[in-house]
Amino acid sequence: MKVDLTVNGSAMSADVEPRTLLVHLIRDDLDLTGTNVGCDTSSCGACTVHVNGESVKSCTMFAVQAQGLEITTIEGMAADDGTLHPMQEAFRQCHGLQCGYCTPGMVMAATSLLKQNPSPSEAEVREGLEGNLCRCTGYHNIVKSVMSAAGGA
Amino acid sequence: MIPAAFDYVTADSADAAIAALTEHGDEAKLLAGGHSLIPLMKFRLATPSVLIDIGRLSDLSYIKEDGDQVAVGAMTTHRAIENSDVLKAQLPMLAHVAGQVGDPSVRHRGTLGGSIAHGDPASDLPAALLALGGSVVVKGPNGERTIAADDFFTGFLETALAPDELMTELRFPKMPDAKWSYQKFNRRAQDWAIVGVAAVTNPMNTSVALVNMGAMPLRAEAVEAALQGGASAADAAAKAGDGMSPPTDLNADANYRNALAQTLVARALAETGA
Ligand SMILES: Cc1cc2nc3c(=O)[nH]c(=O)nc-3n(C[C@H](O)[C@H](O)[C@H](O)COP(=O)(O)OP(=O)(O)OC[C@H]3O[C@@H](n4cnc5c(N)ncnc54)[C@H](O)[C@@H]3O)c2cc1C
Ligand code: FES
Ligand code: FES
Repeated sequence: MKVDLTVNGSAMSADVEPRTLLVHLIRDDLDLTGTNVGCDTSSCGACTVHVNGESVKSCTMFAVQAQGLEITTIEGMAADDGTLHPMQEAFRQCHGLQCGYCTPGMVMAATSLLKQNPSPSEAEVREGLEGNLCRCTGYHNIVKSVMSAAGGA
Repeated sequence: MIPAAFDYVTADSADAAIAALTEHGDEAKLLAGGHSLIPLMKFRLATPSVLIDIGRLSDLSYIKEDGDQVAVGAMTTHRAIENSDVLKAQLPMLAHVAGQVGDPSVRHRGTLGGSIAHGDPASDLPAALLALGGSVVVKGPNGERTIAADDFFTGFLETALAPDELMTELRFPKMPDAKWSYQKFNRRAQDWAIVGVAAVTNPMNTSVALVNMGAMPLRAEAVEAALQGGASAADAAAKAGDGMSPPTDLNADANYRNALAQTLVARALAETGA
């Protein structure tokens, strides 16, 4: 089945089985391997991407459901000249990552959060990221990074 | 985990969805936000051979006032409900409970209709529907009917929806001044309720619904009857486990859930002033 969608600003199309998950379209067909699969059971948020600007767990959506929609993955965050997105830069400055496995999902969830709530409290950041797990348990610095990107720290 | 193969059909109207359901019979499933169905399909606990995607029916996504009721389209996301000014004013408990579902990414996709149609006893919104005395509007090949919340949930993941019916709308009586409480007890952020309690107190009565205290979303009838009969909130709360058969799982056994239900009902009634 053919799916046409916009990924990181570019029109793309792929031929997929209906049961193909969005995360597999992104990783296997489009070769954008920054989006990770962690739990594969909708819990960890490693696979978070933006669908029409809002965070979504791409292991819990079929690729065919994305027909005509706009997807942004971690690869679409930095500027064309390689300048990191302010959220990526904040993670770097605040040591918001250790092994980095959860980081793409964290960055996508955090940017979606700030879009909806540009100056969250620390508690709101923690709550806003409750669907993203960091197996290295680096939560304090992740929250610090998001607060910093929001201009609050 | 890859679901079993299926044929995928998109419905571009409610009637098209119903026609597809009629055509494919009980081999088919509607796909709304997919946040209950896709996990089940990945575990192959559900293996529909046809999926009818109603995710594009944006005309079933709305929140509007209609006289003394508020009508919410079945495809309205948890996120839209959580942020709705109409609901915050008229049915603040519903907006609050929608915000308690899963995490933000889940709430961006999951829909009210999907949560009610799924009828999971562990889910939050069915308890809100019961406590708020809402009703469910469904449409099938023979037209539309409205089912009271109390008649909607019929067993474990079973509801009064017929296999060829589509839920189109949820209706709630406006209650801007009701006192309400939602108690969701879980151990970790984002988890489902181990037990939950939705309580709504109006001048004439208090209704109480329970999460994860039986095979389906339930009213705490013994608590409600005790309050109606003039019992104190404490005495009424002590009846929270009466007639219930709560599940035993990794989080808690049935006795623990019974005790938890009593505590949470007491907290809820203290908040609503029942
Ligand atoms: C990680 C995670 C955490 C979650 N945590 C919670 C939680 O804490 N509390 C909670 O309450 N829920 C929770 N959920 C479930 C979430 O609320 C789901 O969004 C909801 O239960 C189902 O809505 P949906 O739109 O995704 O439905 P779908 O998964 O698309 O559908 C569910 C079922 O309902 C049927 N259906 C859907 N729409 C209609 C309709 N209009 N008419 C007739 N039948 C229909 C489908 O055929 C299917 O059988 C969680 C889900 C995930 C993935
Ligand atoms: S891989 Fe999607 S939520 Fe964990
Ligand atoms: S940095 Fe290792 S999982 Fe979060």
